[in-house]
Amino acid sequence: MSITATTEPAEQAGQEHFDAIIEADQRIEPRDWMPEKYRRTLIRQISQHAHSEIIGMQPEANWITRAPSLKRKAILTAKVQDEAGHGLYLYAAAQTLGITRDEMTMQLIEGRARYSSIFNYHTPTWADMGAIGWLVDGAAICNQVPLCRASYGPYGRAMVRICKEESFHQRQGFEILMELSNGTPEQKQMAQDAVDRWYWPALMMFGPSDEHSPNSAQSMAWKIKRFSNDELRNRFVGMCVPQFEALGLECPDKDLRFDEETGTWITGEIDWDEFNAILDGRGPANTQRLRHRREAHESGAWVREAAAEYARKQRERDQQPIAA
Amino acid sequence: MSTPGETGTETWPLWEVFVRAGRGLSHVHVGSLHAPDETMALRNARDLYTRRNEGLSIWVVPAAAITTSDPDAKGVFFESPAAKNYRHAVYYTRAEGVKHL
Repeated sequence: MSITATTEPAEQAGQEHFDAIIEADQRIEPRDWMPEKYRRTLIRQISQHAHSEIIGMQPEANWITRAPSLKRKAILTAKVQDEAGHGLYLYAAAQTLGITRDEMTMQLIEGRARYSSIFNYHTPTWADMGAIGWLVDGAAICNQVPLCRASYGPYGRAMVRICKEESFHQRQGFEILMELSNGTPEQKQMAQDAVDRWYWPALMMFGPSDEHSPNSAQSMAWKIKRFSNDELRNRFVGMCVPQFEALGLECPDKDLRFDEETGTWITGEIDWDEFNAILDGRGPANTQRLRHRREAHESGAWVREAAAEYARKQRERDQQPIAA
Repeated sequence: MSTPGETGTETWPLWEVFVRAGRGLSHVHVGSLHAPDETMALRNARDLYTRRNEGLSIWVVPAAAITTSDPDAKGVFFESPAAKNYRHAVYYTRAEGVKHL
């Protein structure tokens, strides 16, 4: 960035202050001066993260009424409730940067904002609940732990809160698969099918290799992002290896290998065409997910308005002088 | 100065939430939410921020009621961080070696 003759001294002071905070690995807070691009990138990232949590409620809510026991219904309800909560923490964090909740809601509903590709798949079986908890939440945890140290204070703090809650999600999924894998041959097959369908999409959650990821370099420089997409993905697949063994299930990646030199696991070829199709809105459930969100928003409007009207009437009543 | 994240014309205004997680601790800011009035704000805050018994006490405050005083970059730039070091004990060296000082 070049400093032109028209740059205000205050702008320059702000930039220097900002740079010093980032350099010292400290946190930027809502009232700090920040580059406009930093603000916009964070608004985009945090709001899209929030949208992902809210949309992510749908594939799992699909199984609440059919979870095979009262306890499992209660557990799945608690998980979905957590996802709603995560979305709300993140909307609150995004709002500290100046965008309103209404604007973010409209961006999502009108298809102007993205959310994680992973939630555009269907959940046809109970085993999908296991695969999602184990693989999707597992991948999310891998991504989210480093974000606890993101340079923007409210985002990092929201991530700390989210990470505390996320580990129950992964264990819940793992237990579902464990139960099925040690059940009848049909149950074990259902578990394997679900894992076969969710494994590659879970790896795609980390995003493309960084050379194909345009925002990565700037995100790293601003210390929003701490590790590359490939680093996180390889870390995740390495953690899954012993977990596959414990489950007694096969890993769908037949080309997965351990690289002695780097000490990391290397995945087989990932089908990025599938990922790009989903980003383009051509995934199995893209239309359904957005339609459901829009319908929920529209059909809930009367509730929001009634509550606001009630509150207004109560305030008016409180201001009336009490008749003697 | 307007509240970031709120236009002031939303159906439900913005509230900031503070939770005391346990006895002996003070209320700590945990985030914000939208609600039509203080009753709903408290209930929503309980459901959103204390699902795992993290709260003995909740405060909700309309975001618009909060006045902030974070120094801006310009203020920090002109003020010397080393000013008024006589507020700190280390400034005083004559007591070195003398017990209980």
